[in-house]
Amino acid sequence: MSELRHVGRDTPRPDAAAKASGKAHYIHDLSRPGMLFGKIKFSEHAHARILHVDTSRAERLPGVRAVITAANTPQVRFGYLRDNFALKKDKVRHFRDEVAAVAAMDPDAAAEAVELIRVEYEPLPAVFDPYAAMMEGAPLVHETDPEGRPRETNEVPVAFHHVSGDIDAGRRAAKHVAEGRFSTPRIQQSCMGTAGCIAEFGGDGNLTIWAKTQIPFLAQRDFNRALAAMGLDGRNARVIVPCLGGAFGSGLDTHAYEYVAILLAHRTGRPVKIVYTRHEEFANLSPRQSAQVYVSQGCDEAGRLTFRHVEVFQDNGAYTSWGATYPGVMLLPATSLYKVPSIVFDARMVYTNNTYCQAMRGYGNPEMTWPLESNLDELAEAAGIDPFEMRLINCNEPGETTPMGARVTTCGLRDCLVAAAGKLDWASKRGRGRKMRRGVGMASLVHVGGSGRIYRSDASGIILRLDDFGNVYVSSGGVEMGQGLHSALTLGVAESLGVLPANVFINETDTATCPWDVGTHASRGAFTACNAAILAAAKLRNRIFTLAEEIFPAEIERNLAAYRSERPGYQPPRFDWRLEAKRDRFDLRDGMIFLKDAPDEPWARLELERLLRAIHFRPAGEMLTAEAFYDPPSDLPDWGRGRGNMSAAYAYGTQGVEVEVDVETGEVQILRMVSAHDVGRVLNPQTIRGQAYGAIAQGIGYALYEEVRTEEGRILNPNFTDYKIPTAWEMGFPIDLVFIETNDPAGPFGAKGVGEPGLVPTAPAIANAIYDAVGVRVRDLPITPEKLLAALADEER
Amino acid sequence: MKTEVSFTLNAGVVVAELAGHELLIDLLRDRFGLTGTKEGCGQGECGACTVLVDGRAVNSCIYPALEVEGRQVVTIEGLLGPGNDLAAIQRAFVEHGGIQCGFCSPGMILSARALLDRIADPSEEQIREALVGNLCRCTGYVQIVESVRKAAEAMRSGGSGGGGA
Repeated sequence: MSELRHVGRDTPRPDAAAKASGKAHYIHDLSRPGMLFGKIKFSEHAHARILHVDTSRAERLPGVRAVITAANTPQVRFGYLRDNFALKKDKVRHFRDEVAAVAAMDPDAAAEAVELIRVEYEPLPAVFDPYAAMMEGAPLVHETDPEGRPRETNEVPVAFHHVSGDIDAGRRAAKHVAEGRFSTPRIQQSCMGTAGCIAEFGGDGNLTIWAKTQIPFLAQRDFNRALAAMGLDGRNARVIVPCLGGAFGSGLDTHAYEYVAILLAHRTGRPVKIVYTRHEEFANLSPRQSAQVYVSQGCDEAGRLTFRHVEVFQDNGAYTSWGATYPGVMLLPATSLYKVPSIVFDARMVYTNNTYCQAMRGYGNPEMTWPLESNLDELAEAAGIDPFEMRLINCNEPGETTPMGARVTTCGLRDCLVAAAGKLDWASKRGRGRKMRRGVGMASLVHVGGSGRIYRSDASGIILRLDDFGNVYVSSGGVEMGQGLHSALTLGVAESLGVLPANVFINETDTATCPWDVGTHASRGAFTACNAAILAAAKLRNRIFTLAEEIFPAEIERNLAAYRSERPGYQPPRFDWRLEAKRDRFDLRDGMIFLKDAPDEPWARLELERLLRAIHFRPAGEMLTAEAFYDPPSDLPDWGRGRGNMSAAYAYGTQGVEVEVDVETGEVQILRMVSAHDVGRVLNPQTIRGQAYGAIAQGIGYALYEEVRTEEGRILNPNFTDYKIPTAWEMGFPIDLVFIETNDPAGPFGAKGVGEPGLVPTAPAIANAIYDAVGVRVRDLPITPEKLLAALADEER
Repeated sequence: MKTEVSFTLNAGVVVAELAGHELLIDLLRDRFGLTGTKEGCGQGECGACTVLVDGRAVNSCIYPALEVEGRQVVTIEGLLGPGNDLAAIQRAFVEHGGIQCGFCSPGMILSARALLDRIADPSEEQIREALVGNLCRCTGYVQIVESVRKAAEAMRSGGSGGGGA
């Protein structure tokens, strides 16, 4: 790649002006002719048999067009293990189970009708504690599996294990050992735009659904399956993704409300819109998985890790989502963060009558990095080694293959550690702030940086289509949810094709017009879409230069004649440009085709748009379109053995933080943060900064105050007053960002994924800083003032 | 009970008949099609629905529509100038990375505008304080605060906030 003209330049996002002027249209803003409003009747028990659903009063309410229950609709099954149903028939397994739904002319009538539905239940013993759910005789959340076979236990049938090296030898070789139990809570993705969809059956009987999704093509598969279950075999679902008000993992599954909208639309023959209120979003949208983790690590006298033992236990809630694969991502830090010669990793997951969980940014990685990096500081203390030194001693290196089989191509961890320590003034601050209750701490991470293969195909398709005016239209199955995919893609297409960013237009993501993409997760959007764009752009350039051989000479002849007539006596360079006009001698940059050997001759160039028109309007004309399908060089891991090179590149990083603790109130004030990440290459400085800052803010909420609180399965804080996310005020401390550019060979322009890493090590960095400040460690997130005060009181005793 | 209200909405005077308990956000979105005003919570907690009423930032999701009688209401659409020119505050958010998913942006921009109309050269603390009622889940607020500071600079050197209102 020669000198880059657009990639790496600070460029405003292509969607920013529309968003700044109120012209971006989210699901909340969309309407269809004849559209009805759907509303769901949720369960009133955590676990109960449904005896009778009386919908008669709801049906009689003016404006109501349909009331549906499991009794009067086909059974639609979904979920990662297909253990969930759009509408529940025999029993409810948690408070958010969908028992009935209505479609009405306006939202008020729909809300009123839902209130009129009466459900008779027979309450059943419920289980909310995941450990109790594993005990013999615990109430079974699911009596049968999806095939109807009786289930003996509540354990979710997923298997994630890893054993490498000789753990007994590793334990024997350890001079120092630290162990502990850590936990992380369920937290809400808290998208500012709540979830919703519009489902509509066309005159041809096919479905179109405008969905708040990160996986339009997997959603199409899910919805097509639902159509088949509804007796609509052979019908197709078209998924259109409108502007998304954030997603953060909440769009990685299809949801019951979407199937309910489909059922209502089919029943009424009219488009049906369901949009969650904020209360519904908190109460009925799956939060991030919680986790309980036991970790034990040991090191030798020199501080080299000799073993790592990890046991994960997760409360899955009542049904499975793709979140049930969290341990697959946990495996990466467990096996590949620092060099560890022997490892045992085991994960188990259990059904309870709590809200079922799903993905959120980091996808298991924050849940694993929290115990690993907290525990590493404890081990460093036991060994009498500075935690920064400890991390350097065990630092990963480029070229290593980790115990999981991750092939680390580029690795900037050492640079990240050094940068974080330097910016934090580690040497003069660590261990010296106790009197002022100030401390510094750090934590590192590894995450997939070249997509993360959790599905058979990990591909992203792209179509680039040129018009008569030198514009390029990009159809990509990737989803812009605020993170900046369209910004990266605009620059990537402009750069790799050779046009100006202003001539790049990104089409709406639509399964009818865009090529397949596995979904936007694993920080993969820019990585895979830009790699696909580079492949497609190369095809276009090849064709453009082939055509230029034919078109260029006549154009140049004309140009040169005009140029000479304006400048009598002008002598063109002494080379025969007719001979030079060969496909491999052309270049295209910013929409201009020129000769590599005469880049500065103003007459020896041809606007791309002129070439495009020339070939379009000549006999047997053509227009140019190219497509590419990029599947990263990685393997689908064998989860049962915990092995596989799941990504084409790995992103390492280190975050440091300085805190001050108020020992009277237990409040933690963050004084500054440093965030150093190996990003491969910066595609757009403005958007990469936004990703890092935003991830840090989510990490701070995770570390200090966010938690979906429940009592007997009921969510206690379903609003932003009781569920606090960081405001501009809490974020009023300086953040230093350091981007280490390791130029990964698999990355587009060398870039790796960056979307999630900023969240991952934030909580342990804060906990480690708190320990440095006041000498106590809270092992259960969030580190609330109450927990910190209790820990300080324990310490005094 | 139907009541009529007359008020200035962005560039012109409008009249609307209300059902008594109607909220300003519904009037703006459903009656006038001004969907730039977003509903994030419906309870006055997140600020996505912020509009200006007589220059003051209010949560339109809890603001009774009846109360706008005789007042001037400015929505995000009303900041645009002739030819859809962005106002200085909007331009600053675009140019300095103040926008990601964009759902909070209209409310955030209007809260910032209300601040800058009051204080031409706010401190960082004043900016953060003015935005504390506007939640954002994407940005961590850093580039939002930068955007507001840049807009303040531009508005001080360029005079008006540009745009229409």
